[in-house]
Amino acid sequence: MLTVRQTRLAWLLVLPTLLVVVLVAGYPLAQVFYYSFFKADIAFVERPEFVGFENYLFLLRDPDFRVAFWNTLKFTFWSVSLETILGLAIALIVHSNFKGRGLVRTAILIPWAIPTVVSAKMWQWMLNDIYGVVNVIGTKLGILSTKVAFLANPNLVLPAIIAVDVWKTTPFMALLLLAGLQLIPSDIYEAADIDGASKWQQFWTLTLPLLTPALVVALIFRTLDALRVFDVIFVMTGVNTATKSLAVYNRQTLIDFQDLGYGSAISVAILIIIMIFVVLYMRFVGGVGRHD
Amino acid sequence: MKLSKWLIVALSLTVGAASLAQGVTIRVAGDSTAVGEGGRWMKAKAEEWAKKTGNKVEYIDSPADTNDRLALYQQYWAAKSADVDVYMIDVIWPGIVAPHAADLKQFFTAQELSQFFPRIVENNTIKGKLTSIPFFTDAGLLYYRTDLLQKYGYSKPPATWAELEAMATKIQAGERANNKDFWGFVFQGKSYEGLTCDALEWIYSFGGGLVVEPDGKISINNANARAALTTVRGWIGKIAPPGVTSYAEEEARNAFQNGNAAFMRNWPYAYALAQEANSPVKGKVGVTVLPKGPGASGKNAATLGGWQLMVAAYSKNQKVAADLVRYLTSVEVQKDNAVNLSRLPTRPALYNDKDVLAKNPWFKDLLPVFQNAVGRPSGVAGAKYNQVSEAFWTGVHEAISGQKAADVALREIEAKLQRILR
Repeated sequence: MLTVRQTRLAWLLVLPTLLVVVLVAGYPLAQVFYYSFFKADIAFVERPEFVGFENYLFLLRDPDFRVAFWNTLKFTFWSVSLETILGLAIALIVHSNFKGRGLVRTAILIPWAIPTVVSAKMWQWMLNDIYGVVNVIGTKLGILSTKVAFLANPNLVLPAIIAVDVWKTTPFMALLLLAGLQLIPSDIYEAADIDGASKWQQFWTLTLPLLTPALVVALIFRTLDALRVFDVIFVMTGVNTATKSLAVYNRQTLIDFQDLGYGSAISVAILIIIMIFVVLYMRFVGGVGRHD
Repeated sequence: MKLSKWLIVALSLTVGAASLAQGVTIRVAGDSTAVGEGGRWMKAKAEEWAKKTGNKVEYIDSPADTNDRLALYQQYWAAKSADVDVYMIDVIWPGIVAPHAADLKQFFTAQELSQFFPRIVENNTIKGKLTSIPFFTDAGLLYYRTDLLQKYGYSKPPATWAELEAMATKIQAGERANNKDFWGFVFQGKSYEGLTCDALEWIYSFGGGLVVEPDGKISINNANARAALTTVRGWIGKIAPPGVTSYAEEEARNAFQNGNAAFMRNWPYAYALAQEANSPVKGKVGVTVLPKGPGASGKNAATLGGWQLMVAAYSKNQKVAADLVRYLTSVEVQKDNAVNLSRLPTRPALYNDKDVLAKNPWFKDLLPVFQNAVGRPSGVAGAKYNQVSEAFWTGVHEAISGQKAADVALREIEAKLQRILR
C-alpha cells in the first residue's frame, strides 16, 4: 500500500503532465462541446448565438452527413480488412528465414515512410486517365481494354483511394504483426513438429491465437485511424460526394463554410462514433486477447 | 567649393534613399505557381515594385484551386493575422472578405478608380467599402484547333453546342486513327468552384437562368437547366474523356496543349501558354465565344472571373501595401500581363493598345463578351456564396458523372439553396 506521503508525491510528479494534457487537449475539447450549442462563424464576424440542440437535430437529418458517414464506414471496413490480411501475410513471410531478409524488411517500409500528401499526389498522377502510368502500362499489357478514369468514375474512385491507403498502410500493419510474431517462442513449433502437426494446423492453433493481442492492438490503431481519414481523400479528389469522409465534411463545414457551430457538432459526432468503436473492440475483440 | 557641392549631393542622396527605404516588408499572398506562369510573374512584378520603392516583398504561394485558396486565407482572417498585407482575391469573394479588408477608398481617388471597368469596381464595393482593386479579369472562352477544323472541312468554330458536339465527334473519330488518346472536348468537370463557372455557362446558354437571380429568387430547378445538364452528361465518354469529371483548369490545358483535344473551355491565360515556343499546338489555336444553347432561348455565355488585390484590415502597413496594389494594377503592369500572359486588363483603355492587340488580336473582337460576362450569384449570396456554390457544383457533379439523374440533382440543389439562403 502507498502511504499518504507517497500518494501525494505521485500526484505532484504527475501534475505537470496533467496540466499540459488539460491545456492542449482538455481545453480545445471543451470548447468544441461549447460551440456545438451555438450558431457561430469561425471568424466571429457576428456574435455567437445560443441555439441549444439545433445543430445536433440538423445533423440527424443532414443527408451530407449520412453520405460522409457511409463513405467513412466503407473506407474503414475495406482498408482495415485488406491491410490486416496483407499485413499478416507479409509479416509471416519476412518472419521466416531467408537471404536478404534485412533488406526486404527495410524496403517494405518505404510506402509508410512517404508523407501521405506526397504519395496521394503521386498516385493521383499515376491514376490519371490519359497520361497516368497505370493506364499506360495497363493498356500496353492488355490488362485494361481501354483507359480507365479511376478518379472520375463514381464507382471506382472510392476503391481507388482504398487501394492507395492499403498500399501505404499495409507495411505499418506488417510491422506491428511482425513484432507480435517475434514474441512467440520457437520451441512450441518444434514440439508441434514432433507431434506431427502440419504447418497449416500450426498457424491456426499456435500462431494466430498467440498473435491475437498484437493483432487487436494493430486493428484498434488502424480502425481509429481510418475513421478519421482525411489527407488521402482530400488530396486525391477534393470534396466529392462519392468519397468525402466525415473528417473531409467536417473540414468543409468549419473552413469552407466557416460554420463553427455545426462544424463543432460534427466533431462531437465523430468523437462519439470513434468511442462506440473503441467500446465494441474492448467488448468483443479485446476479451479474446485477455483469455490467454 | 566643388567638394562641398558633391557632399551636398551625396548627403541628399543618402537622405533620399533612407526616406525611401522605409524598411517595410510587405507580404503578398498572390497567384499560384501551380497554374501557368501567373505566380512566377506576379512575384517578379512585386519584387520590381520593392526595388523601385526600397521596400521589401515576401511572396506567399497559394494552392491551385480557388476554393482551396479561400479556405487557407479564411484561417488567416479568422486569426486577424497581420502577417499578410496584400491578398489576391477572386471576383466572387468580396462579400466574404468585406469584414477583413481595408477600405481602399482611403488610398485611391475617384479619378483613379474611374479608369477601371465600373462593373468590377461595383462588384468589389460592399456596403460602400471598396474591398479591392481589379487586377485582371477573366471570362470563359472556347479554344479550338484551327488546323483540325480546316482538316475536317469546317470554315468557322461552332456557334451552338450541338454544332460543337457534331464537329468534336467527327474530328475525334478521324484523329483516333493516329492518336488513341484524342478527345473532342475538354473542360473543368471536377467537383470544385471551376465547375460552378462551367455549369453556369451551360445553363445560362440554354436559357436556364443564373442559379440564383439577382432578386434572390432560386431559379435553378427548370427545364432548360435540366436539358443543359443532360446534354453535358451525354458528352462524357463520348466527346469528352471519362476523366473530365476530375479535371480542373490545368488538367484540361494539359490535354489540349499536348494535342489531345479539339476543343477546350478555359480562361484567357491558356492562350499565351498554348502559343509558347515549346507548345505542341503553337500557331494552331483559335479563341472564340462559347457556343449558344438550342432554340430561341439559347444565347452565348461566358462566366465572369478575374482577380482583385485587397489590403488586409489587419495589415500594419496599409498605406505602403496600397502603393504596391497601385503599382500592380497600373497601366504598365497590366499591359505586361496582357502581352506576356494573355490575361485580360481591367482598364478598358488597354483594349485599344497596339502592343496588346498585336499579341492577342482576339481581345478586340471579344471585348463585348468580356463586358457582358455572366456573374456568379456572389452578390446576392454575399458571405454565404461559398455554400451556395458548393451546393451547386456538388449537384452538377453528381448529375454529369451519372450518380444522379439531372432532375433529381436539380431538385436537391434547389432544396439546399433554399435552406442556405433562408
